[in-house]
Amino acid sequence: MEFGFTTAAYVVAAVLFILSLGGLSGQESAKRAVWYGIVGMALAVVATLIGPGSGLWWLSIILIAGGGAIGYVVAKRVQMTEMPQLVAAMHSLVGLAAVFVGFIAHIEMARVSGMDQETKDALKGFAKLIAKKEAVELNILRVELFLGIFIGAVTFTGSVIAYGKLAGKVTSAAKKLPGGHILNAAAAIISLICLIWYFSTGGFFPLFVMTLMALFIGYHLIMGIGGADMPVVVSMLNSYSGWAAAAIGFSLGNDLLIVVGALVGSSGAILSYIMCKAMNRSFVSVILGGFGGAAGPAMEVEGEQIAIDADGVATALKEADSVIIIPGYGMAVAQAQQSVSELTRKLRSQGKEVRFAIHPVAGRLPGHMNVLLAESKVPYDIVLEMQEINDDFPTTDVVIVIGSNDIVNPAAQEDPNSPIAGMPVLECWKAKQVFVSKRGQGTGYSGIENPLFYKENTRMFYGDAKASIDSLLPLIG
Amino acid sequence: MKIGTPKEVFEGERRVAMTPDSALQLQKLGYECAIETGAGEAAGFSDEAYKAAGVEVLPTAAQLFKAVDIVAKVREPNETEAKRLTKGQTLISFFWPAQNKELMELCQSKGASVIAMDMVPRISRAQKMDALSSMANIAGYRAVIEAGNNFGRFFTGQVTAAGKVPPAKVLIVGAGVAGLAAIGTATSLGAITLAFDVRPEVAEQIESMGAEFVYLDFEEQAQDGAATGGYAAPSSPEFREAQLKKFRELAPEVDIVITTALIPGRDAPVLWTKDMVEMMRPGSVVVDLAAEKGGNCEITEKDQRVVSDNGVVVIGYTDFPSRMAAQASTLYSTNIRHMMTDLTPEKNGQTNHNMEDDVIRGATITHEGEITFPPPPPKVKAIAAQKPKEKAKELTPEEKRAAEVAAFKKETKTQVTLLAIGGALLLAVGLVAPASFMQHFIVFVLSVFIGFQVIWNVSHSLHTPLMAVTNAISSIIILGALMQIGSGSFLVILLAALSVFMAGINIFGGFLVTRRMLAMFQKS
Repeated sequence: MEFGFTTAAYVVAAVLFILSLGGLSGQESAKRAVWYGIVGMALAVVATLIGPGSGLWWLSIILIAGGGAIGYVVAKRVQMTEMPQLVAAMHSLVGLAAVFVGFIAHIEMARVSGMDQETKDALKGFAKLIAKKEAVELNILRVELFLGIFIGAVTFTGSVIAYGKLAGKVTSAAKKLPGGHILNAAAAIISLICLIWYFSTGGFFPLFVMTLMALFIGYHLIMGIGGADMPVVVSMLNSYSGWAAAAIGFSLGNDLLIVVGALVGSSGAILSYIMCKAMNRSFVSVILGGFGGAAGPAMEVEGEQIAIDADGVATALKEADSVIIIPGYGMAVAQAQQSVSELTRKLRSQGKEVRFAIHPVAGRLPGHMNVLLAESKVPYDIVLEMQEINDDFPTTDVVIVIGSNDIVNPAAQEDPNSPIAGMPVLECWKAKQVFVSKRGQGTGYSGIENPLFYKENTRMFYGDAKASIDSLLPLIG
Repeated sequence: MKIGTPKEVFEGERRVAMTPDSALQLQKLGYECAIETGAGEAAGFSDEAYKAAGVEVLPTAAQLFKAVDIVAKVREPNETEAKRLTKGQTLISFFWPAQNKELMELCQSKGASVIAMDMVPRISRAQKMDALSSMANIAGYRAVIEAGNNFGRFFTGQVTAAGKVPPAKVLIVGAGVAGLAAIGTATSLGAITLAFDVRPEVAEQIESMGAEFVYLDFEEQAQDGAATGGYAAPSSPEFREAQLKKFRELAPEVDIVITTALIPGRDAPVLWTKDMVEMMRPGSVVVDLAAEKGGNCEITEKDQRVVSDNGVVVIGYTDFPSRMAAQASTLYSTNIRHMMTDLTPEKNGQTNHNMEDDVIRGATITHEGEITFPPPPPKVKAIAAQKPKEKAKELTPEEKRAAEVAAFKKETKTQVTLLAIGGALLLAVGLVAPASFMQHFIVFVLSVFIGFQVIWNVSHSLHTPLMAVTNAISSIIILGALMQIGSGSFLVILLAALSVFMAGINIFGGFLVTRRMLAMFQKS
């Protein structure tokens, strides 16, 4: 098949991918957009299979089919609450694939460079592509595949750790080896030395050392980041997997890889930026882990946490006209979204206005709460963003906070010394009454005392979120 | 000890400071009770009822004053009564010590302790003995009833077979206790109720009672009710002008005006001027609850019902609580009883005049031969001080424009700088890199650019599907593996095969899970 056909197919695929991402601007167009992505991918794969430079296409098809079967089963079985883990796990696959592809490029390069002109001419496939390159191009190729492997390796271990943390297989607390960031910095410097070494010699050893270093950085960096910062981590890894693909695209001279890699990379970067902004923290401080030190002693919290039982909450809900529900990670952990949806349905059938307020960093994945609520059939037009709903709290009768803590912490606004000072939060305390469904007393992920729980209009509704909401259901008509 | 209540001597006063019910409660505190014969007659409590409650009925006031240790009254004593007080005796009544200096000195010279019910500080703990509030509540209610009595129409709107009746429009000026009570009564009778107050923080209370708050478009440091113990303070002339202008707008529409504006220790402000009365429709009613202090309405006459030239009735009665003597006596006697409870912590019928107690100290104006008025400020603030509201400064149009221009310039500057730096970098790369690299590089830069443009438009709620989709399409890395799989050694084939396999998982998993998620988003 002609080379021109493959390029044409790539152009179409690239356009389809761009449309696919652009279509995500609305719920309805998104359903169409995902098909664009699928068709684009199919087109790209088919074009590559029949295009120049590939061989063993029967093996490829078997492997794709096998992988596809596994992917199909996983995608069907996964719980919506496990979505963050799944995304992280998939990132790790992309990262590892990038490492492998990078290594192959290296092996082939080493093989080709040892040949004389005649054998070179007899080459086919990928090796032929390399054989045509000049010395400068080969040097650049080295840098490219070096970068591709580096980013891919960081993505791989980082994603594996992120997966472990999200799935609860690795402790979600921020942990660092003694030495902390100095270790990371040392590994990065060693990698840089390896780059220079590799650039001048082209040997396998520096590449190998660098890979080990990158794997370590990925592991150690993500270990040092706590559970609540996971939205940033996951979107960052998403970004990395894109950049890795782009770097590999450079080394293979494949424009489609570059285009898609760049799209994915910038998408992840923007998501990370949005998440960081929602926490009022800089990207660096999130990645380096832990909260910055407090500027002074935190404000004393006055008052006490007053508990309430299901009857009290039910009575207040019956009298309320407008209700806002603020879900958080706790709702996902307790699998309470179905109960919350049922509660919403009951309240709405009684003519009450029920809405959801979603903080950008609620949950462990950007948009995590939206997906959970959508899964349990909460209509998306009553699920609102922070900016859309924050001004409505003063006119709201009842706010129910389910398993969120820092995102409703008034200290962010009231206490300039608080570690989260300045972080945009949902101003639920301005409502007439606030019920907080929480396992027990104690602080949230950040370890910051939440003055909301001590406010006069706040009542604590202790217990497992699902059990608590379920106990409400029969009490509400 | 013995508590006694004489018959009120003030003309027209029908209230009584002790009811049979309150007497029973007082006896539970260990006190004996006595009453002058006929004291409760006007409020509907007969001597027999008192006797049945175990109250001793004494024939004359003089005998009563001699027999008791504590005298409970409604109105402040007249001279004769004050002279009857003896050393060690306690008098509990309204007193208005600031206005009745001589009377206070007379009581002091007699050696009696006087507890003025009008001096009870306005703190939460003392609410149960706040007789001013309980009387104001009655006054507010009665003001509406009195207005209805003089108003020729329904309060509520009705559509009847005999024609349509429009609802009455009631304006209530001053949303203190009386004002709020009036709002409640007027709305429950079905009138359209408007209410005004100089303290914007009461807007919520007004709305909670079912009236519409009349907003003044006036920018002044809002009055902080907390600083004055919850009462209103005098306002600036400019504010007053704005207020009167608003009232003039309302005057032709409203049928009933009830004014309750009082400022502690001053004459009542004139808020409803003569020309406003003239603007009102004939048959309208003005009830002036501030008549005792000169009146909020310019043509109010104290204790009189006057009719203006255009047929507007202006009521200036000052005895609204007394007009509802039974209710007023019940509430007032309960206030007194609560005061006695605080004075008798041991419940043994012996008063313990604890001058350390904020409430007792505040209400006591003479004690043990000393004048203890005015009291020191209470230790507990009546209402939490308002936090100063941070309001964004209103910018003038010029300033706004200037700010916009500055922002635009800044944006242009950063954009140009970024472009310049980016361009320079590109050029620098272009100088060293070979042409084939630059070809790909341009594709890369443009893709990043498109990516940024596209992703900003992705809706927030779709961030998780976005991640799943980007994840799926990032397995485009499969192309690299596919290209390599056919060339070279076994190792190459193995690594490439693994890559293809993993990417395959990713493609299918990613797209399927995205579709699953998107299918869940449903409109209500």
